[in-house]
Amino acid sequence: MALTLTQVACEYAAGTSLASVALSDVSLTLEVGQLVVVLGSTGAGKTTLLRAAAGLLALSRGTVDVDGRPASGARARRGAVGLVFQRPEAQFFSLTVEEDCAFGPRNLGRRPADALDDARGALAAVGLDPDVFGPREPWSLSGGEARRAALAGVLAMRPRYLLLDEPTAGLDAAGRDAVCAAVERARADAGVLVVTHDADVFLGGADRVLVLRDGRTAFSGDVPALLDALPALAEAGDVDPPEIPRALMLARRRGFAPGGALTLDVEAAADTLVAARRAAAGGAR
Amino acid sequence: MISFESVSFRYRGDAPLALEGVSLTLRQGELVAVVGANGSGKSTLARLCDGLLVPTDGRVVVDGLDTADPASLWDVRSTVGMVFQDPDDQIVGTVVEEDCAFGPENLGLPGAEIRQRVDQALGAVGLDGLQRREPHLLSEGQKQRLAVAGALAMRPRYLVFDEPTAMLDPAGRRSVLEITERLAHAEGHGVLVVSHDTAGVSRADRVVGIVAGRIVFDGPPEGLLGDPALLARVGLSLPPAARLAAALRDRGIDVPVAAADAESVVTALWR
Repeated sequence: MALTLTQVACEYAAGTSLASVALSDVSLTLEVGQLVVVLGSTGAGKTTLLRAAAGLLALSRGTVDVDGRPASGARARRGAVGLVFQRPEAQFFSLTVEEDCAFGPRNLGRRPADALDDARGALAAVGLDPDVFGPREPWSLSGGEARRAALAGVLAMRPRYLLLDEPTAGLDAAGRDAVCAAVERARADAGVLVVTHDADVFLGGADRVLVLRDGRTAFSGDVPALLDALPALAEAGDVDPPEIPRALMLARRRGFAPGGALTLDVEAAADTLVAARRAAAGGAR
Repeated sequence: MISFESVSFRYRGDAPLALEGVSLTLRQGELVAVVGANGSGKSTLARLCDGLLVPTDGRVVVDGLDTADPASLWDVRSTVGMVFQDPDDQIVGTVVEEDCAFGPENLGLPGAEIRQRVDQALGAVGLDGLQRREPHLLSEGQKQRLAVAGALAMRPRYLVFDEPTAMLDPAGRRSVLEITERLAHAEGHGVLVVSHDTAGVSRADRVVGIVAGRIVFDGPPEGLLGDPALLARVGLSLPPAARLAAALRDRGIDVPVAAADAESVVTALWR
């Protein structure tokens, strides 16, 4: 089972003088249990890709299939794909958090009592105690709490494919950790596609990475391959390298040659830098 | 100088205090970072700076003007510029340059002066070339930079940024943080940046840490970044560069505690 984008192209304001191509020829497969991270500079087409994957955009070319069926239209599988927009907390409309989270499952035909159970389960899954936060007004939540409650509203529908647009933007460390933990838990039953600028946060657990540039695929592969390609992608302005590999890249640029591949791991990077420093000192003697 | 004198604030009569007994100062030429977890009272503090909120107890004084005095509100507001968390809340123009010009136009400045301020402000945030773009066609990060440009074009003595980098990509984040630093140190504005992004902390002259509405730390960045327990208490995580610095110190290499980024770590390794 997979969410599959095949040679997808999207154009905004097609046929007018304002026409702009947002995606061209992008292909992607997201399987249940996988975490795929989408990177790229501002305006590269990341959000458009998510909206296309959710079946919300008319494609100018290509197809989006969910478990072999089209993602949009009459034969679409409702509820299979859950999309969490940027700043989803702007979309609360119920009087209590648990009612808001229950709206989705109820809309999919769950009985009200079951929908409420789904909602409370989803709140617990994002680290919000349903007894404490369920009865609260959504507008009384802090930023991090609201983000997680909005994520719970989508998880309550038990999507097989979960699409997240900048899920950690604007959150403090505790909120970020809680969202990451929720994403990890969601992977038990769902494939997760995350669009993010916080490469530091999600790359560690990613199965695959897609980098977009001007709506096209600049890179597609696993994390070790991404680390190999990182200097070139950074040079082109597609990816702002996470600080740890960036330190190793800087050391290389200054003529010190830390051996081995780039890494995201702090301890491994420290070992590499210490060894390079020792080698440089030895060479100078 | 913006001065908080034992300021407490609650949103409603029966609500808990959002801020309690807060005293702090912001001078011109100074960059101060205010850090704390979501819900700690940081945004409340920012809104007290220009009289959007007035204290329940205590006073906020801006260059001698009490923000609670209705007669001084106009002067306070033109002295303190604000950039909020959500750029959509403060974009009003139909194209980028018009939005940026809204404030200066309201000041009644001559056209050439407005043009110069707008071009400079848009250049400072990396939006040159997009002057005629409609704001709703901008990405979130670009919108945030437009909001910063709108405040810059007003050239106020003090600038208060409430989470200005929350929606930006790392390159945009760095450029905005560089702007805040330049505005304070090169152009002499007093700049207050409210954030939970540790990347901005190292650049600041002073850091103010808030927990549940109270100040728990007011001092140099090293004092906060070098104290993991305090850092956790204010809801921040150690930035990756500082974690690398700590790992190198564990291996006997002298790297500064407040290493802001990969550059300062690598420089310390091969100095």
